[in-house]
Amino acid sequence: MNGSTLDKDERIELLRQMVRIRRFEERCVQLYSAGSIRGFLHLYIGEEAVAAGVLSAIGPEDAVVSTYREHGHALARGLSMSALLAEMYGRATGCSHGHGGSMHLFDAGRRFYGGNAIVGGGLPIAVGLALADAMQERPVVTVCLFGDGAVAEGEFHECLNLAALWRLPVLFACENNRYAMGTALAREHAATDLALRAASYGMPAWPVDGMDALAVADGARRAVESIRAGGGPCFLELQTYRFRAHSMYDADRYRDKAEIARWQERDPIPKLFAQLHASGELAEDALVSLQAAADSELDVAIAAAEAAPFEPVGDLTRYVYTERS
Amino acid sequence: MTTYRDAMREALREALIRDDRVFLMGEDVGAYGGCFGVSRGLLDEFGPRRIRDTPLSESAFVGAGIGAALGGMRPIVEIMTINFSLLALDQILNNAATLRHMSGGQLSVPLVIRMATGPGRQLAAQHSHSLEAFYAHIPGLRVLSAATVEDARGMLWPALQDPDPVLIFEPAALYNAESELPRDLGATDIDSAKICRAGADVTLVAYGGALRLAQAAAEALVTDGIDAEVIDLRTLRPLDEKTLLESVTRTHRLVVVDEGWRSVGIAAEIAARAAEYGYYELDGPIQRVCAVEVPIPYAKHLEEAALPQVADIVAAGRRAVS
Repeated sequence: MNGSTLDKDERIELLRQMVRIRRFEERCVQLYSAGSIRGFLHLYIGEEAVAAGVLSAIGPEDAVVSTYREHGHALARGLSMSALLAEMYGRATGCSHGHGGSMHLFDAGRRFYGGNAIVGGGLPIAVGLALADAMQERPVVTVCLFGDGAVAEGEFHECLNLAALWRLPVLFACENNRYAMGTALAREHAATDLALRAASYGMPAWPVDGMDALAVADGARRAVESIRAGGGPCFLELQTYRFRAHSMYDADRYRDKAEIARWQERDPIPKLFAQLHASGELAEDALVSLQAAADSELDVAIAAAEAAPFEPVGDLTRYVYTERS
Repeated sequence: MTTYRDAMREALREALIRDDRVFLMGEDVGAYGGCFGVSRGLLDEFGPRRIRDTPLSESAFVGAGIGAALGGMRPIVEIMTINFSLLALDQILNNAATLRHMSGGQLSVPLVIRMATGPGRQLAAQHSHSLEAFYAHIPGLRVLSAATVEDARGMLWPALQDPDPVLIFEPAALYNAESELPRDLGATDIDSAKICRAGADVTLVAYGGALRLAQAAAEALVTDGIDAEVIDLRTLRPLDEKTLLESVTRTHRLVVVDEGWRSVGIAAEIAARAAEYGYYELDGPIQRVCAVEVPIPYAKHLEEAALPQVADIVAAGRRAVS
């Protein structure tokens, strides 16, 4: 299909992951409005093809470094809805014991390293994880997800230089959703071709249609193969769009509705479903079934989060220093 | 005799030999041998995999140290001087110090960051400051100040054994300092302040480059018949309050010496702890001898005027016991 290297099951799995992420976040909006979850809430709606596609290209031994808009990354990495929701409810059963919240989801066992609220702050960590893997001769890749806003930070340039200089196994996956908070790409960057800028550090870098999950998955596989073959870091510019505001606090006055509507026509979920349906791989009601399955998963996760205990206040000062036995 | 520089190099060599996971990275640490000569010869001995020259990119290589620590290595990151560390403060505060907490205890960052600090070489305002208090402010870090050749030799290994991020501050003015090191010098106790000179009449507390000033002042106070106790704080975070308060309980008088600025600094913290927990032991006001609150100037006479001098500490000691 479209020259994709993915088999049928892999294509359906991409759709399933995107549906899970979408339903999860739509429910988060309701929970936020009801006051059940608080803090900053950065929604990923519209960008699901990136998380599902990029993270489909790596295995459990690889590492992932994420941002504050990371629900989709976490779910696609295999963290459970229960672990995420309990975290957002501030409960002891959350993936960060309620100390992190929506912006700081972690799972050491899955090599999922957050959850970083500082734009660009995860890039050096990704470089270091890749350095550690390279020094220990582990044939693994670190995926570093970040947005177009981070490209303007000094750390982006420091880190691409360092990773290329040391030929480290990092996939820099730039989610170019065209806005750094409320500032449009052309208002934040003198040169808006982000792949070109990464290429100037001497690494393979190319743009990918971030609204097309198959294109993302194929691009990420190609990049990961090149990295695993010892080719050094790669950069993907995943051209995507968030349908919602930057966060729940954002009145979204910087974009016109026609622009949002144009991108919504390219919604990655109906797009992939239509392809799979047209090729006879999925029945007419398959999307509804996937949504229903995600909703059931959510119902269970919400009930569990609401029933879960709070982290005891007595544990307030735990996890500052390692406890000595 | 061993210099402070050689002692630190020996500590690095020992760490690199003892643990394959240890590596050193920073600006000029390899081919150049370290801007203070600390790592001279290590590239030849251990090779470029473990002695890594980095670009001038403090945020990237300090953050890479954090990532490498998460990934199972034991990195030692050298930042040339403390003023450059501000370019990496985001990584140190927002990642190294907080990842453990934000992850609910899942992640540890066993990283050591070393850097030169302090005044005394006429390097003017961007290369002379003692900003240790910035770091001592941050929960999640262990902050060490190596004031002696012994600690330059003995502090690194226990710092590397610590599962959390440790910063070691090395006063640049001390790299040529010499001392006879005992053959059986063990690891420094990085949990405790050190009583360097026992005394009965007044406690002089210092750290880093100020320690030798406090020691000289203590010797000078002998001619006044004042027997001063000198304490090297050594660990600026977490503070060893116990040693401090026990000393004040013995001497009932306190002078704090700090090459950092007076306001909101280490000396302020020490004075506050003594007042909070040792108030009824004190027989007089706490004295502080700190840097004047100006950016450190270049001209020698102005630089000296801006910094604590032995005579200032002696005068403070006399005031304390009067």
